[in-house]
Amino acid sequence: MLSDYLPILIMLVAASAIGIGGAVISWVAGPKQPSANKAMAYESGMIPVGTARIRFPVKFYLVAMLFIIFDVEIVFFYPWAVVYKQLHLFGFVEMLVFIGVFAVGYIYIWKKGALDWK
Amino acid sequence: MPDLSNLPYEQAIFYLVSALAVGCALAMILSKNAVHAALFMVANFGLVAVLYLLLRASFIATIQVIVYAGAIMVLFLFVIMMLNVQEADPRSSRGPQDRLFTLGSLAPLLGLGLLGALAYVALGVKQPAATSGGLVFANIQDVGALLFTRYLYPFEITSLLLLVAMIGAVVLAKRR
Amino acid sequence: MSEDILLIVIKVAVLIVILLTVVAYTVYVERRIMARMQSRIGPNRVGPFGLLQPLADILKLIFKEDLTPAGADKVTYFLAPALAAITGLAAFAVIPFGNTIDLFGIKVNLFIADINVGLLYLFAMSSLAVYGIVLAGWSSNNKYSLLGGVRSSAQMISYELPLGLALVSVVLAAGSLSLGDIVKAQANLWFIVQQPLSFVIYFICAIAETNRAPFDLPEAETELIAGYHTEYSSLKWALFFLAEYMAVITVSATAVTIFFGGWQGPFLPGWLWFVIKLSGFIFFFTWMRATLPRLRFDQLMRLGWKVLLPLAALNLVVIAGLVAAMGG
Repeated sequence: MLSDYLPILIMLVAASAIGIGGAVISWVAGPKQPSANKAMAYESGMIPVGTARIRFPVKFYLVAMLFIIFDVEIVFFYPWAVVYKQLHLFGFVEMLVFIGVFAVGYIYIWKKGALDWK
Repeated sequence: MPDLSNLPYEQAIFYLVSALAVGCALAMILSKNAVHAALFMVANFGLVAVLYLLLRASFIATIQVIVYAGAIMVLFLFVIMMLNVQEADPRSSRGPQDRLFTLGSLAPLLGLGLLGALAYVALGVKQPAATSGGLVFANIQDVGALLFTRYLYPFEITSLLLLVAMIGAVVLAKRR
Repeated sequence: MSEDILLIVIKVAVLIVILLTVVAYTVYVERRIMARMQSRIGPNRVGPFGLLQPLADILKLIFKEDLTPAGADKVTYFLAPALAAITGLAAFAVIPFGNTIDLFGIKVNLFIADINVGLLYLFAMSSLAVYGIVLAGWSSNNKYSLLGGVRSSAQMISYELPLGLALVSVVLAAGSLSLGDIVKAQANLWFIVQQPLSFVIYFICAIAETNRAPFDLPEAETELIAGYHTEYSSLKWALFFLAEYMAVITVSATAVTIFFGGWQGPFLPGWLWFVIKLSGFIFFFTWMRATLPRLRFDQLMRLGWKVLLPLAALNLVVIAGLVAAMGG
C-alpha cells in the first residue's frame, strides 16, 4: 500500500525539477544589466507611492477564519460519504443533525453581515 | 519495484522524514522573518503528513495537508501580512539562543515538561511488536465506519464546537 | 500494482513532457480561437499556421532578463513561481487518462497512481496552490502584487468550499475516493446525468480556482496591473502561466473523470476519448474568456458564500436523501 505512493513521490520530484529548474534557467541564461529604474516597483511607469507593505482590511482575515471552520466541516463529509451506503437512513439522519447545527451558524454569520463585502 | 513496506526501507524513510521534520521545526523557531517561519511550518506539516502515511493513515495524511497546510497556515500568512510584521527588532534580540530564552522563562519550563512527558511515555509503554506491512488501518472506510457508529456523539458535538468557533470568529472580527 | 520502478519513471517523464507540450499548445490554440472570435488573425507567422509560436515564445522568455525588484524578499520571490508550477503539475498524478494498454508486450496503466484517497490528494494540491500566488504577491514588494495575491487567495479559499461539497455528492454515489473507482462507477451512467447540479457547482468553482475569466479578478489589469505576477519576468513569469494552464487542464481532466465517465467511451481507445473530452473543456474555457465580462470582487464573494455554498449543501442533502430512499 505504501508502494502506491512511490509514483506520486516520483511525480513530485519531476515537478520540482521543472519548477526549480525553470526558475534557475532564466537566472542563468538571461542578460544581467541591473539598474535602479528596473529594480523599482512597477506602478504603470510612475514613481511608486508609499510603501508596498500596506495593510489590508480585516475582512480577509474573517474570510480565512470562516474558511478553516467550513473546511473542517467538509472534511468530515468525506468519510461519511464513503461509508454512506452501509449506514442507510441512520447515516442520513446523523448528517442532517450535523448540517442542521451548521445551518444555525451559517444563518448567524449571514445575519451578522460577515458575508457582506463592502 | 522495491516493496516500500519492507521494514528496512520503511525505517529508513521514517528516520529521514523525521529528521527533516525536526529540522523544519527548528528552522521555523529560529528564522527571524515571520513569513519564512510560516513556510517552514508548512514544510513541517507536509513531512508530518508523510509520517502519517507511514502509519497507513492515508486519510489523516491528506487531511493534514488540506486543513493544516492549506487552511490554517493560509490564515497565519494573512495575519502576518496584515499585521505587517517586519524582521524581529534587532535591539531585543542578538542571537537565536538569546531570543529563545527571553520569550519568558515559562517556555523552557513547558518544553522540559513536554520532554519529560514524552520520555515517561516512551519508557513506560510496552513497545508493540514491530510490524512489517500487512497492517492496514485508518483507511478512510474504517475511519468512516467508526466515526459514524461508535464515535457518533463526539462527532455530533464537534459540530457544536465548530459552531462556537464560527460565532467567535465573527465576534472577534466584527468588533470595531 | 506490479509496475516496475523504471516503468514509473519513464511514465512520469513522458507525462510531464506531454503536459508541458499540451500547455504550450493550449496557449496557442486559445490565442487562435480568441482571435477568430474577436475577428482578428492571431499568431500565424512562426511556422505553418503559426504552429511554432509557443516554441518561439519559450525561447524568447529564456533569454529575457530575470529581474528581482528592490526590496523583494529574494528567497520567497524565487520560490513562489516554482511552488505554483510544482503544485500545478503534481496534481495530475492521480488522474486516470486511459485504460490499461499493451505496449511492446508490457501492460501499462494509463495513470501515475491510483491511491485510495485520490480525490483528497487533488483537493490537497489545489489548496497548496494558494501559496505560489500569495507568496508571489507578498515577496514582490509591490502593492498591486500584494493586493492581487491576497484577493486571489481569498477567492481560491472561498470557492474551495462549495467545490468540496459538490464533490462529496459524487463520492456518495460512487462510494470511493479513488478516481479509478469513480470512473468504473460510471460505466452505465455518467454522473453528469445523475447529478447535473453537482457538476454545475463544481465547474463554476473550478473556474474560480483557476483564476480564469470571468473570475480573473486577481489579474484585473485595469485595477491591479497584472496582479500577483506584475514584477515577474522571463521563465519565472512563464512558470505562473504554466501553473495557470495546468490548473485549467487539471480541473478539466477532473471534470471529465468525475462527471463525464473518464476515459470510457465506445469504439475508440480510452486515451483518445479522454483527449476528446478534455479538449472540449479547454475549448469551453477559451469560449468563456472571449464571452463573459469579469465579476466585481463583492459579486464574486457573494456568489461564492451566499449562493454556491448553501446551494451545494442543499444539493448534497437532496442527493443523500435520494440515495437513502433508494435503499442505498
